Amino acid sequence: MAIKEAYITGIGQSEVGIRLTRAPLLLTVDAIKEALEESGLKLEQIDGVATYPGKMPGYLGFSPISADELIEALNIKSKWHLGGSEMPAQLSAIASAAIAVKAGLARHVICFRTVYEAAAMARPEEYPPLNRKFVEGPSQWLAPFLAISAANWTAQYAMRHMKRYGMTREQLAQVALNAHRNAVINPRARAIVKEPLTLEKYMSARMITSPFCLYDCDRFTDCSTVVIVSAGDALDEVKCKPIRIAAVSGSVNRYSWDQVEWPASYETGEDLWTRTDYKPKDLDTAQLYDGFSFLPITWIEGLGIAKRGEGHLFIEGGTRIARDGVLPMNTHGGQLGAGRLHGFGFAHEAVTQLRGKGGERQIPGSPKLAVATSGGGPMAAALLLARD
Amino acid sequence: MNISRPRPKLDAENRAFWTGGSEGKLNIMRCGDCGQYTHPPKLLCRHCQSENVAPQAVAGTGVIDTYTINYQAWMPGLEVPFVIARVKLDGVPGVYLTSNIVGCPVDEVEFDDRVRVTFEEQDGIWYPLFRKAG
Repeated sequence: MAIKEAYITGIGQSEVGIRLTRAPLLLTVDAIKEALEESGLKLEQIDGVATYPGKMPGYLGFSPISADELIEALNIKSKWHLGGSEMPAQLSAIASAAIAVKAGLARHVICFRTVYEAAAMARPEEYPPLNRKFVEGPSQWLAPFLAISAANWTAQYAMRHMKRYGMTREQLAQVALNAHRNAVINPRARAIVKEPLTLEKYMSARMITSPFCLYDCDRFTDCSTVVIVSAGDALDEVKCKPIRIAAVSGSVNRYSWDQVEWPASYETGEDLWTRTDYKPKDLDTAQLYDGFSFLPITWIEGLGIAKRGEGHLFIEGGTRIARDGVLPMNTHGGQLGAGRLHGFGFAHEAVTQLRGKGGERQIPGSPKLAVATSGGGPMAAALLLARD
Repeated sequence: MNISRPRPKLDAENRAFWTGGSEGKLNIMRCGDCGQYTHPPKLLCRHCQSENVAPQAVAGTGVIDTYTINYQAWMPGLEVPFVIARVKLDGVPGVYLTSNIVGCPVDEVEFDDRVRVTFEEQDGIWYPLFRKAG
């Protein structure tokens, strides 16, 4: 083990559900306990906390728990912590923790993402919805035209792929079909997806915003996901198989959903390979952000797994991205199948597969290298994870 | 669409954009030094950092760069379907506007269609929408 490297040691996840009543702080602690148990670490050994996007007081369902509050609640003696939305997408919290442990600022950092959007929607008196008199910042250029949802913004890039490169809805459907196929054998996705999806059902589903139908959009979920990032010189304290964070990348060029020519997944994907000797062909599995079905296609192209404009051909028919395919993708079900865990689910699953702990959904061949990504609009982040 | 649209909060940067329609103008921030446009508008030019920027009325025509037909009623009273499009403005390189294409059935909107601005006023805000031209 290289002393100067950063590793993911523990991973944990709370119950994953829709309209849970357990408080979001307690869900976060559930996930932390599982991660500590797995890593063999004790709470007293944790000296850092990182989260995305930090507590959002005006929109608690989106992010109900702050790093500060967790430090207080768990009596953590923190030497480095971070919580904020001004970073390139969710997994940048884990990338930042990796930088912190490499710099010697902390030894073991709890990284978490807690979402409570379904519960908040069901209990508006407890968790008031976002209710602004005015729209400000970047959304003022979109919401006044009733482009309310990121679904509307992302759909326009998908439409362009159809027009320019001939992508079809049948090809796009493979992201959702693959997600459902994997989710039905993921015990943590029981509350989200109960049966496989057929192409027929997909094609006849109600449209949300063309070309996206209901199955192209993820669903509000309640859950906390935790990843513990540890310093290379602290691995003698853990009992699990450490997974090395081999490279990280993240980018933002224009902080405007409608001014970018290409989603940030392209630049972020290309950058990742400039920071490692690994090549795209070395990947054993890809856990690609799928808040909307089109985003993994942009990641496949951005990461150089397929050429620009050919991502939909790579996933056509679904065999290449299946669990027994050349590049198993979103093996836990992604967000389309396993719920909107908002980015952290991809890191959790990458580590699960690299450790061979996928159970029924474990991919064959003793995987050694995985990529986990998040975002894909004007901001994106990627982690390359290796089992040495 | 006769729904109350989300309202931007007017400030020194965005006022000319959201109120230009009262004079029939689509105003985009332009640099008096390098001549390039900055959108969303800022107090300085995003190309050369000059503070010599001012709103400039542009042609108000363009082409549909991409679009989506929205079917989901995101808020009560929202009539669907309608078209959300990204319009590439003539004479304003590098600037796109997200807007709605109005005045035609949703299935008559296509990539590269030529469009022209039309304003919808609600309580002092002039929303620049687009109609198919010719």
